This record gives sequence, C-alpha cells and structure tokens, in this order.
Amino acid sequence: MTTEIISPHLRPESKHLRDLESESLHIIREVVAEFDRPGLLFSGGKDSAVLLHLALKAVRPAHLPFPIVHIDTGHNFPELLAFRDRTVGRLGLDLVVGSVDDAIASGRILAPAGADISRNRLQTPVLLETILKGRYTAVFGGARRDEERARAKERVYSLRDEFGQWDPRNQRPEVWNLYNGCINPGQHMRVFPISNWTELDVWRYIAEEQIELPEIYYAHERQVFERDGMLMALSSLMQPGHGETVGTRTVRYRTVGDMTSTAAVASEARTPEDVITETLAMRISERGETRADDRSTDAAMEDRKREGYF
Amino acid sequence: MDLLRIATAGSVDDGKSTLIGRLLFDSKSLDDDVLAAVEDASRRHHGDYVNLALVTDGLRAEREQGITIDVAYRYFSTETRKFILADTPGHVQYTRNMVTGASTAEVALVIVDARNGVVEQSRRHAVIASLLGIDHIIVCVNKMDLVGYDESVYEAIQAEFAELMAEIGVRDLTTIPMSALHGDNVVEPSANMSWYNSEPLLRLLEQVPVRQGLDDLPLRLPVQYVVRPHRAEHHDYRGYAGSIASGVLRVGQRVSILPSGHESVVTAIEAPWGLVEEASAPDAVTVRIADDLDITRGEMFCAVDDPPQTTQEIEAVVCWMDDRSALRRGDIYRIKHTTRSAKAMVTGINARFSIVSLCGEPDVNSLDLNEIGQVSLKISVPLACDDYRRNRVSGSFILINEATNATVAAGMIGEPQFSFARSER
Repeated sequence: MTTEIISPHLRPESKHLRDLESESLHIIREVVAEFDRPGLLFSGGKDSAVLLHLALKAVRPAHLPFPIVHIDTGHNFPELLAFRDRTVGRLGLDLVVGSVDDAIASGRILAPAGADISRNRLQTPVLLETILKGRYTAVFGGARRDEERARAKERVYSLRDEFGQWDPRNQRPEVWNLYNGCINPGQHMRVFPISNWTELDVWRYIAEEQIELPEIYYAHERQVFERDGMLMALSSLMQPGHGETVGTRTVRYRTVGDMTSTAAVASEARTPEDVITETLAMRISERGETRADDRSTDAAMEDRKREGYF
Repeated sequence: MDLLRIATAGSVDDGKSTLIGRLLFDSKSLDDDVLAAVEDASRRHHGDYVNLALVTDGLRAEREQGITIDVAYRYFSTETRKFILADTPGHVQYTRNMVTGASTAEVALVIVDARNGVVEQSRRHAVIASLLGIDHIIVCVNKMDLVGYDESVYEAIQAEFAELMAEIGVRDLTTIPMSALHGDNVVEPSANMSWYNSEPLLRLLEQVPVRQGLDDLPLRLPVQYVVRPHRAEHHDYRGYAGSIASGVLRVGQRVSILPSGHESVVTAIEAPWGLVEEASAPDAVTVRIADDLDITRGEMFCAVDDPPQTTQEIEAVVCWMDDRSALRRGDIYRIKHTTRSAKAMVTGINARFSIVSLCGEPDVNSLDLNEIGQVSLKISVPLACDDYRRNRVSGSFILINEATNATVAAGMIGEPQFSFARSER
C-alpha cells in the first residue's frame, strides 16, 4: 500500500475556504449521482473557472462525466475565448457552444440594431435552446448569492420550468444538505455550487489553488473611454460617442461579460494577491461598478432570472 | 478564519432587517453603491432615516409590501471568521422558511422588541431553533432606545427568556440589550448602556464554538458517488466519494458499511487538497478500501464499535411544508435520507405539537402547512440512521410528494429535543 502524502497547503486563515470547497464538492457530487445529463455553464470568467476546478476535484481521478457549455454572445472578449479553448484543450473537455450569432443568422432570434447594443437579453433564448438541444436535466452555474439581492434569495437547486423561468414565490424548501433533484419531463435544474462564496472567497481560492484565469483579470494597458462613469474598452463593437475621448489606462476586469456591457476598473493589481488586497479596500460592489446590464432598474436581475437568465 | 452559520427570524416591526443591515454596514460588508441605492429608496419611501431593511429584501414583492417573504442568505466577515446568515421571515405562515434557515445553523438570533417583551413570535423562533438542534441562542433585546435604555426592562425580558430556555432545553443562552437603529451593542459597544458589561453582538458571534463535538461522535460517512475512472492508468481504481458527517476517518481504520453490513479497512483518503492520513466533518473526501465489495450510493461508512441503527421503521418529528396537501396516515412519499432515496409510508401521526403552548395533541388525523408533529414511518428499504439529537446529518430526512415533486416535509428522527406536555382534546 502506498500512501503518498501531498502536502496540504492548508493554512489556518483559510479554514473557511476548505469548508466552502467541501460544500461545493458535495453539491456537485449530488448532481452527478442523481441527474442523468448534467452540463456546466462555462463563460471563461473567474467564477466559472473556480466552478470547473471544483467539478474536476469532485470526480477526480475520473474525467469530467459531462460537457461544459458556453453561450457565446458574439460580443465576448477575445481573451476569454482564447482562455476557453486553451482550457478545453489542456483538460480534454467536451465543449458545447450555443451561439447568439448563429441564432441571429438563422433568423431564430431578432437582433436589435446597433453594434453596441447589449446582447444580455439575447443570451436567454440561446441558453434555453442549447439546454433543450443537449437534453440537459441539470445545468451548473457559477452564480453567487452575494452578487445581487435577487440572487440572495435563490436556492442552490433552482427549478426551472419548460421556459427556463424561475418562480421566486414557489421555491422548494432547502433543508440541511438534502437537495431535492426530482423534476418532470421538460423541466431542468439550475445548480449553483458556489452560492455561499463571496467575491473575496473566490479570489482567495484562486490564489491558493493557483487557478489560471484570462489575463484581463489582471492589470494591463488598454485603450478605454469613459461612459456613464464606467471605463469601456475600445473595440470594433464599442466606439466613443460625442465628447467621449479615448485614452490608454492601466486597468483590469472585476467581472467579465460582454464587451458592450462590462467595464474595466483602474488597477495596478497584477497577481491574485494584489487583487485580494484591492478587493479588501474596495467600497463598491462588483456588479455596481462594472455591469451596465444591472443598472437599468431596481429589479433588473430578478426580472431577467424570471425569464430564464443564468 | 473559520465559518459560522447563523439563522435569524423576525418581522419588519421588531427591527430584524435593520439589525442585519447594521451588522453588514458596521462590519463594512455593505458596499457604498448598495448603500447609496438604499438611501435613495429610503428617501422615496419613508424619509426619516436610512431603511436598512431595503438591503435585505431582495424581491420586488418584498420591497413593495415591506415584508420579508423568503429565506435570504447574507455574508459578512471579520478578521477571524466568515459568517453565513440565513435571514427568514417571522410570521407563523413562514414557519417552514424558519425551519429551512435553522436547519444548517449553529447559532440562532432571536430578536425581541424591548417595548413588547417576549411575545408569541419570539417564543416560536426560540422553540423552532431548539427543535432543529441549535445549541446556541442569542436573544437580541432590540429598540432599547425606545425604553430609555432602562436596565430593569432588559432584566425582566432576560428573566422571562431564561425560564423559557430551561423549558425547551437550550444549552447556551445569551441575551444582549441593543438598538440596531442607532448601532448600540451591534458592532460597537453602547455608550448608552454602561450597565451592560459584556460584549457587542459581533464580538459574541466571533466566540461561538464551531462544530462543537462533531469529531467526538462515531464516524458517519454516507457514500454519495462511486468514482470509477475507466482509464488505463487507473484500471482498478474504485473510490467512494462523500462528505464526512461526524467522527474522524483514518487510513488503516476498520469500518463497517451499512446497511449492507460489510466491513473493510480504509487504505487511502483523498481530501480536496490531496491525500491525507485523516479527515473529519465537513470534509468532502474520496475513500478507498482494502476489499473489492459492491458498495453503492446510499451506503454509509460507520464506526465499527458504534454503528447507527439499521431499521425500516422510524419515528420522527416532522415539519409539514406543503401548501397544497396535508400529511395523512397511509400516504406514501419519497424519502431522502443522507444519500439514500426510498419510499416511506405514514403509519401513524402520534402527535401534533403546539410550539406556542408547548403542548402535544395525541393521535391526530393530519398535519397541515407549517404544523409540526410526530409521525411513524415504514420505509421500503433499511436506513442506517441516528437520533437527530445526536447527529443532524444521519438523523434528518426530507419527504417528497411523488406527484408534484415538491419537498413536503423536513424530518428529524427520534423524539423532539424537549418533551411537550400532553394536551386534552
């Protein structure tokens, strides 16, 4: 019998991360054991990178027994797509892409005019179409309850009907660690294993586990212009309007969505440890600072989730 | 830094949301833009002061009606501890939400309005917390500013609560006078109550012991998932993945596997951070054993010298959670106990408990939404289970309605935490 001991990089200050990690593995294993066709939503962002890392641990040393699913809005940062493909290649994963561009080209959905119009809402029909086509009964997502107050009310197992809709008034009680995975044909479960993690927990875990992220999460030089108090990246999709001037700034991204709706923040943080230091000092929420899509109304997230959003 | 789970219940009137808002705000867990949005909304709705309740009421309907409907989870941390707070509504029609919030918590915050003393609602919160096996209850006597920070008001409430706690078997009771609105004794000590000589709430929360005694209980590890890589380099690999519920698991340890009754020796333990010599709750591990046995999801690795009971007949305290049906004798449900799913038939409803009068009405016909009672169940397969009072994981279960798939009950195996007086019908 060989007992090869891998030194556990367990530090007393990160005991809480180990508890969160175990809770997440428990949730992932419940799904793998009880659902016949899971899938994992992977945007290439930091939360989905952590989620993928946890999923690999949950089934180790076996291969991931389900595909990763990317909803490509066509407005993604190129660095994210490169990271996605690099990750898939390195780990030998099965990748399924649902493309908003394809759905528009084939006439299945209508695109609003204008290159810089957010495709946030267009993701929802493509996501549902992809779930239906893949016949996924459970779909993992990297949403966290600390992100937004409607998310704070969502269960770890979030039942969605045939239309992908979330009904916040009719959620199943979730007691102890006993998750009810029973669904009817046509329904599916959205499962959020890192519900109880905060932005800081995610960064501390990335630092400890040395999880690779797209480089745009760290400080880099970029041409940006200011719009509504947010720093937007110059790209073919995003051009400065009247009175907006382009300048080169040292920035990083706190969250990464579409190029049209995600803003950069001025930052010199070049490592996960730098980001942690910065996050500790930060007094503005990640979605409030960087996501134009959440600014539209008080209940923007609740409304989108009701319609089937992530 | 460790992790503590807290449950709280209450209504807008007793200042629960204000207290949570204050905890988040004063521990700097509330971001400026979120606060600015709340200040703006407060001006639109009320005027006088910042309504911190608007931070926690996440759904449009809650903000419009000014009530908390569902469980919300909040996060805050200090230098030494991360807190997960399950925030639930307090009215009787939300008993199931309170049970949900309390099920994973180690501490319950019960909030009392100093002007009203111990009312029915605060009693109910304390009783539910006790039934769910929460050892530590902190009673926040709030709105002390409205009674002139009067020590005698506080002392009367403290005495009344101490009496109730003795009745319902709570081991560790702490009371604390505060004004959440003004921040007295929440995060900062109060300048208005020099007669209070203990610490503010946040400091007390930092000192509550986490997962006390779990390592001293016998080993329980339900098998969740069998890992079979089917790869050349792991040809014969078979690992049993699951989360340790209690006890300590060691390499070389002899374990029994229940309910099948096999025994074997642990040859390797893989924790999320690598191979280890020992692991304990709540680690999610993968275990390998010396023998080639047919072990599936739903079996449990147990201490050889102190196994759980293996039975097809259980008595349990249940909270009925379904608004579309009632629990009746003869009904059949799906039961999920640890990682095992089976069918359960209700063979008797032995009592319905009043959590206000602390009386039990014997032999009733049904349990309706939010009612708590004791039932007898016959299970289609043997379950390896413990009394809930001893083990919250191997002693708990849920019932699922097979027609609607709804989670209809939360169950705790064995007698309730304290005895209810028998009431005459």
